[in-house]
Amino acid sequence: MNFPLNMKLKPKGLTGLLRGTMFAATVASLAMMAGMADAQTLRAVKHSDLRVLDPILTTAYMSRNHGYMIFDTLYALDENLAPQPQMVDTHTVSEDGLTYTFTLRDGLMFHDGAPVTGADVAASIARWGERDGMGQVLMSFVDSMDQGGSPNEFVINLKQPYGLVIDSLAKPSSNVPFIMPKRLAETPSTEAIPEQIGSGPFKWVADEYQPGVRAVYEKNEDYVPRSEPASFAAGGKVVKVDRVEWVVMPDDQTAFNALQAGEIDYWESPPSDLLPILEANPDVTVKNLNALGMQTIMRPNTLNAPMDDVRIRQAAIASVNQKDVLDALVGNPELYNLCGAMFVCNTPLASDVGSETLVKGNGMEKAKALLADAGYDGTPIVIMHPTDVGTLRTQPVVVAQAMRDAGFVVDLQAMDWQTLVGKRASQASIADGGWHMFMTNWVGADVFNPLVNNMVNGKGPDGGWFGWPDVPKLEELRTAYATAPTLEEQQSLAEEIQKIAYEQGVYAPIGQYFVPSAWSNNIEGVLDAPAPLFWNISKN
Amino acid sequence: MVLYIVQRILAAIPVMGFVALFVFLLLRLTPGDPAAIIAGDTATPDQLDAIRESLGLNEPLFVQFFSWIGQLLQGDFGTSILSGKPVLELIADRMEPTISLALTTIILSVLIAVPLGVIAAWKQGTLIDRFVMLLSVLGFSVPVFVIGYLMISAFSMQLGWFPVQGFKPLGEGVGQFFHRIALPTFTLTLLYIALIARITRTSMLEILGDDYVRTARAKGLPERKVLMRHALRNCSVPIITVIGIGFALIISGVVVTESVFNLPGLGRLTVDAVLSRDYPVIQAVILLASLIYVVINLLIDIAYVLLDPRIRYA
Repeated sequence: MNFPLNMKLKPKGLTGLLRGTMFAATVASLAMMAGMADAQTLRAVKHSDLRVLDPILTTAYMSRNHGYMIFDTLYALDENLAPQPQMVDTHTVSEDGLTYTFTLRDGLMFHDGAPVTGADVAASIARWGERDGMGQVLMSFVDSMDQGGSPNEFVINLKQPYGLVIDSLAKPSSNVPFIMPKRLAETPSTEAIPEQIGSGPFKWVADEYQPGVRAVYEKNEDYVPRSEPASFAAGGKVVKVDRVEWVVMPDDQTAFNALQAGEIDYWESPPSDLLPILEANPDVTVKNLNALGMQTIMRPNTLNAPMDDVRIRQAAIASVNQKDVLDALVGNPELYNLCGAMFVCNTPLASDVGSETLVKGNGMEKAKALLADAGYDGTPIVIMHPTDVGTLRTQPVVVAQAMRDAGFVVDLQAMDWQTLVGKRASQASIADGGWHMFMTNWVGADVFNPLVNNMVNGKGPDGGWFGWPDVPKLEELRTAYATAPTLEEQQSLAEEIQKIAYEQGVYAPIGQYFVPSAWSNNIEGVLDAPAPLFWNISKN
Repeated sequence: MVLYIVQRILAAIPVMGFVALFVFLLLRLTPGDPAAIIAGDTATPDQLDAIRESLGLNEPLFVQFFSWIGQLLQGDFGTSILSGKPVLELIADRMEPTISLALTTIILSVLIAVPLGVIAAWKQGTLIDRFVMLLSVLGFSVPVFVIGYLMISAFSMQLGWFPVQGFKPLGEGVGQFFHRIALPTFTLTLLYIALIARITRTSMLEILGDDYVRTARAKGLPERKVLMRHALRNCSVPIITVIGIGFALIISGVVVTESVFNLPGLGRLTVDAVLSRDYPVIQAVILLASLIYVVINLLIDIAYVLLDPRIRYA
């Protein structure tokens, strides 16, 4: 609150004293009220803008994060990556392993006041199962799915036993199986849901949503959190602020200044070059919240010559040294990890099989030998280079140089990310605008097992992921993984999948890195999680 | 004059039609697929096709174009492909910050730059003239984002006089409004002072050598009157032109300034829409920008007549 500098109070006698006292008290109380009101609003700068509000229609991480605010999930992963019930109270499995019966917790209500029923759950899971890779695998095992005997029961009948039912329902990243009202879940999965009604801990404030400017959520007073403490995405979702605002700030320097000036409370992904300054600020905390980090990858297109030759793909992968990529991309060795595990290091399925040259950076001679063996004729390798995304513009340059050093001729084509997104879907030949290779980044939780990791899909041009490797053995092993009854068998199968994926050159992780978040010390309780979560956070 | 204005308005219709066609084709021929952006990484070709179908992107180009034109003629600018919000609403939300910044910048620039330009011309070759020219060179040479960051560093981070970023509508209080708009205004004003002061100086120098100015001085008129009434008024045409174009430029969006100060203006809306291939938004914003240019050019032409009676339009 500002007053003119030349304002003068002239108390005269008792009346003046009283007036002065009342004035001072009013100012103090107004200031306190302003402070209290402000303390209940958490302002956060996210990594991007929220554009698509349907977290099932798209895999965009901002849409997933939005989903975590207003929707709830049946299960969620805890800090040990173990699925824990969230909306579910109990579940039973029939002796033959074919029928799963779930009972929902009492008191679950959508934001429009309607109770959450098994019918809502069935419709939501069906819609998610149409879009999500792991959901599609689950649905291939499902015979039927519907509300049970009572409204808060939900039953899945399987065609054959499937060991990953609960893991599927606890999938932590895009697409997350969020539960929405049946009337919304019946929207075709290729169209956006018309309303933002969930049963999650926050409500969507539609009137204040301005794409490119801000998204606003308010506390759902009717939400009944679980009694367990919050852990990763699991446990009690206790909301401790009245309102959360996601403020869009396209300029990192602005966000940096705003955090230090106290205009925002939380910054999801500050660039690594600003971290040392933030770490030196005693009023700011800097911490990596996602232990799985990000996996940056190179993906060859197996359809276009010469990348259709496995030796050429192997040569490209062998030429790359993860350390070079990560030094250029991240710089600070404390924020990256040399990691050849396709299913991410520090997870139950982590393995270093097949990744020696990437991690040790000793594959250049092997790459040259492979190129000679393949009779590489100098055909330029088209690498798509997205120059508008800070976390993607470095890798193509480093990889291109490594490949040139090995003897490749590289055509590094600069473009914006959205052009790349459109172009990578094309199976056209190079002459018709096709491509040979691109790089992208994945959140660890999106690649940490063979079912969610799109790159080890071996279905080929019909049903495979961009690059389309046709490796039936991979599909065989992924199916076996889906039905493997024990962790040991899953680990063994995952390792075999990784071995074949490297042998076939279907893709290569070119490093694991971490993106710490920064927040003002006036907030507490920020959770380590697979996505930025805003429950459990209090503001002083 | 009225006939001239009517003719200009009628002439604007084919101009807008051409802009509409050009923008439409340019966007459709640019690589990038909004359906792929929405669908994300795991969509199958069938799902992509279904999304394209639901967005009407599978229709032939001419069907899409005439459907859009038909909507426009009914005042419907369509809905954003990504957010699903009406385009008109998105633009309306961004107009206030943009117009506010344009008005405050132009008003402040004119108030400072015109007198500076006049004085520089009057005192040609003196220290004042050199100072104005130095200011002008600096204003042109130093990138706006550098000036913006320096302003933030000095007045927000060090002195704490202004907030770092953001915008408050006028409806939320005049004080709050000016508190937030001040730094971006000062930043852009430096550029516009350079532009307007330089044009004013050059125009004044030409006029000050004319016979009628010498006559006015010989008559014994005070120098203030000579400068302001006789000289400045007669060189106002190029100054008004620069001010008009400058205003149109800010209205069309000053992306860098908007980004540095986190102002939710039209420039950022345009860039965001282009990067996400949100066709209806891009089309509407570019059409709007073209309309603004047409209207401002018309206003400038009208201003010429008011300022210089020698100018007549058939």
